[in-house]
Amino acid sequence: MKRKLKRAERRRQFRSLALIFPLLAFLCFAFFGPITGMLLRSVEDLEVRRILPNTVAALASWDGRDLPGEKAYAALAGDLSVARANDTVAIASKRLNYSLIGIRTVLASTARKLNALPEAGRAKEVLEKINPAWGDHATWVTIKGASGPFTSFYLLAALDLTHDTDGTIVGVPEEQAIYRDVFLRTFIISFSVTLLCMLLGFPVAYLLAALPPNRSNLLMIFVLLPFWTSLLARTSAWIVLLQTHGVVNDALHWLGIIDQPVRLIYNRFGVYVAMTHILLPFMILPLYSNMKAISPAYMRAAASLGAPPATAFRRVYLPQVLPGVGAGCLLVFILAIGYYITPALVGGGGDQMISYFIALYTTDTANWGLASALGALLLLVTLLLGFAYGKLVLGQQVTGGMKN
Amino acid sequence: MQGMMPGQAPPLVRFAGVQKTYDGEHLVVRNLDLEIRKGEFVTLLGPSGSGKTTTLMMLAGFEVPTGGEIYLEGQPIKHVPPYKRDIGMVFQNYALFPHLTIEENVAFPLSVRKVGKAEMKERVQAALRMIKLEGLARRRPGQLSGGQQQRVALARALVFNPRLVLMDEPLGALDKRLREEMQLEIKQLHEDMGITVVYVTHDQSEALTMSDRIAVFNNGIVQQIDNPHALYENPVNSFVASFVGENNVFSGIAQSIQHGFCEVMLSTGHKLIAKMGNVASVGSATSLSIRPERISIVSGRASVEMPNHLPARILKSIYLGDHALAVLSVPGEGEVVVKIRSDQHDLPADGQTVAIAFRPEDCLALDPVQTNLLAGASGQVGKITLSKSRTKEGSSYNVKI
Ligand SMILES: Nc1ncnc2c1ncn2[C@@H]1O[C@H](COP(=O)(O)OP(=O)(O)OP(=O)(O)O)[C@@H](O)[C@H]1O
Ligand SMILES: [Mg+2]
Repeated sequence: MKRKLKRAERRRQFRSLALIFPLLAFLCFAFFGPITGMLLRSVEDLEVRRILPNTVAALASWDGRDLPGEKAYAALAGDLSVARANDTVAIASKRLNYSLIGIRTVLASTARKLNALPEAGRAKEVLEKINPAWGDHATWVTIKGASGPFTSFYLLAALDLTHDTDGTIVGVPEEQAIYRDVFLRTFIISFSVTLLCMLLGFPVAYLLAALPPNRSNLLMIFVLLPFWTSLLARTSAWIVLLQTHGVVNDALHWLGIIDQPVRLIYNRFGVYVAMTHILLPFMILPLYSNMKAISPAYMRAAASLGAPPATAFRRVYLPQVLPGVGAGCLLVFILAIGYYITPALVGGGGDQMISYFIALYTTDTANWGLASALGALLLLVTLLLGFAYGKLVLGQQVTGGMKN
Repeated sequence: MQGMMPGQAPPLVRFAGVQKTYDGEHLVVRNLDLEIRKGEFVTLLGPSGSGKTTTLMMLAGFEVPTGGEIYLEGQPIKHVPPYKRDIGMVFQNYALFPHLTIEENVAFPLSVRKVGKAEMKERVQAALRMIKLEGLARRRPGQLSGGQQQRVALARALVFNPRLVLMDEPLGALDKRLREEMQLEIKQLHEDMGITVVYVTHDQSEALTMSDRIAVFNNGIVQQIDNPHALYENPVNSFVASFVGENNVFSGIAQSIQHGFCEVMLSTGHKLIAKMGNVASVGSATSLSIRPERISIVSGRASVEMPNHLPARILKSIYLGDHALAVLSVPGEGEVVVKIRSDQHDLPADGQTVAIAFRPEDCLALDPVQTNLLAGASGQVGKITLSKSRTKEGSSYNVKI
């Protein structure tokens, strides 16, 4: 009897599992797969290992002090000639060049000039003659550092850090350091956009919650309308409006407020305007749903107890909408730090956000490792914020509402 | 108030010709004149939509009168914002601030008045002691039962010693037993603290239990303002007669009027003598109003002291512990409810043919009941229906006329 019950129970669970299976499979395929792949790519380091296998093996026993022994030189010469025959030298040299700028030419010229394998015992002499860089300690440290299979190189690079030849973590030279700036810029832009959305969205949400239903519905359609238009269309609309001879400039000129067209786009201003516009609904909706749940009786009660409107707002209304404000801000911030297309279209060179560089490294230079590392850091920040968001929303359910 | 003579203190609140419309066409409150003295417990009683809440909201300052003026301690307050009126209010859903503890809720009116810390603590403690909830000071409103929340709302509205306390159906959300308990508690608080209360309800028994005076509203007009006794014994019109207490109605035509009594002929040709109410004149239609407990079931014939005598047949009788109800059918008049003492051993048997009798002074000749005038006054007109319901609190009955 008990077993029968259990079996029926299990069959029911199985059936419900079967129902959600397509979604689960899709999620694994389209979401977890790529993310795992990306995280893996940000730490894996296989190019040098693949192209120069014998060198990597020979360097495994090298202690990293002085120069490696003759064995490593011979292995390198052998690997290079095989690689030249297979036309794969560039793959390894591209990866090595990320770590040590200039090593690409060393590798290329060596491969080109190495006509025949050097005699046994003379590999070091021959290679150093072809390119004196082979006598440099740094060249060999770079090859050993890139021999994989895993590396912290990309993740460190994404934070403008690197290993120096002693293996300690140091900042990269100032002229190469860009990502910290880009991250900082991403946060500044996201923070400003969040603040703007809050300042603009709060009164709108308040109005929506306070108006009688028929009029608030109409207003709600205006809020949602941008939701139903394509992102690209909205961004292009801003270009039309803000460009040098666009609607806004012409109007200002016609009104006599300006003589020269003002630069409104392809700068930070354009980015703020377009991003705020696009992200505003994500602020208004959580705020609205929070405000809608607050009975107007609270404000009346506060007034009847002697609180002037400002005090009532500060002490009674605001504490109750705080969860909504937090949820809206986090949502907008999380969406903003991942923004790509809008800043790319309406921003200048100095307004590009982290996603722009991720796109750049995946599509243009095919530096998958760095793109993945930047993506992984972005994901980490988003996850942390998402976690905070979840906590806030849960907190809201506990405190909100009115019991009667 | 300099010109006032001693002993003739002005009323605490005075509504003078107050009118209110929301849509510009339909007057929700038409020409309200009402005076409330200090220390009084005044109830606004009336059917749903009769303008009670609107009246209270105008007094609290959340609605502005369209016409007329409201005076508080002799000062016009039409343009004084609510937070400056110093009027405590208890809302139907209590409106306790959910993000504050019970203690903080009660302290709120004191802290916005910048009362010192030590005094505030003391007054909050006293208020919580008064409502017997000292132990729950640190809880949040959501963790309290309905009755406890009600008490907190009361404490919060009283703690700052307002000039006046308004309550809009404060007990509407409570069950019957708790409601009766709270009625007594509020009444006790009113007597102990000498506060002035304006109370809104549509429950006539609640109004009768608690009030010093009751203002009966209908369609935005105050029909009668009186103490409970006068309201029950001498209703000015048939609306008040029907709305306050249970009531039987006979309709007929006034035949003659003398010495404050009038003779009325029913459609069946029977003649009844009734005290003069607001019946217009000889020949006009009238509704006779008589309370269920003033009718006797008799077997004999009409006599000099009991001239009002009608044949009737018992439809059913219901035993209710402290009393019993008999529903009778009177030819031409439909059903009549009679309240009888339950210690009478001979409860009438169903189907028995008897007669009903009542004294002329217990019967009032009023304006004819108009069904449309009473629209909205749920179940106050038409046929008597009697239902007996068994609830958790025991059995209750309601007679609707
Ligand atoms: N804010 C408002 N806007 C428009 N009409 C209103 C508003 N408030 C009340 N009314 C109308 O005014 C009339 C009187 O309403 P009010 O709330 O004063 O009735 P009430 O006597 O308190 O009834 P209840 O016993 O149901 O609470 C009703 O017809 C109602 O529809
Ligand atoms: Mg009301």
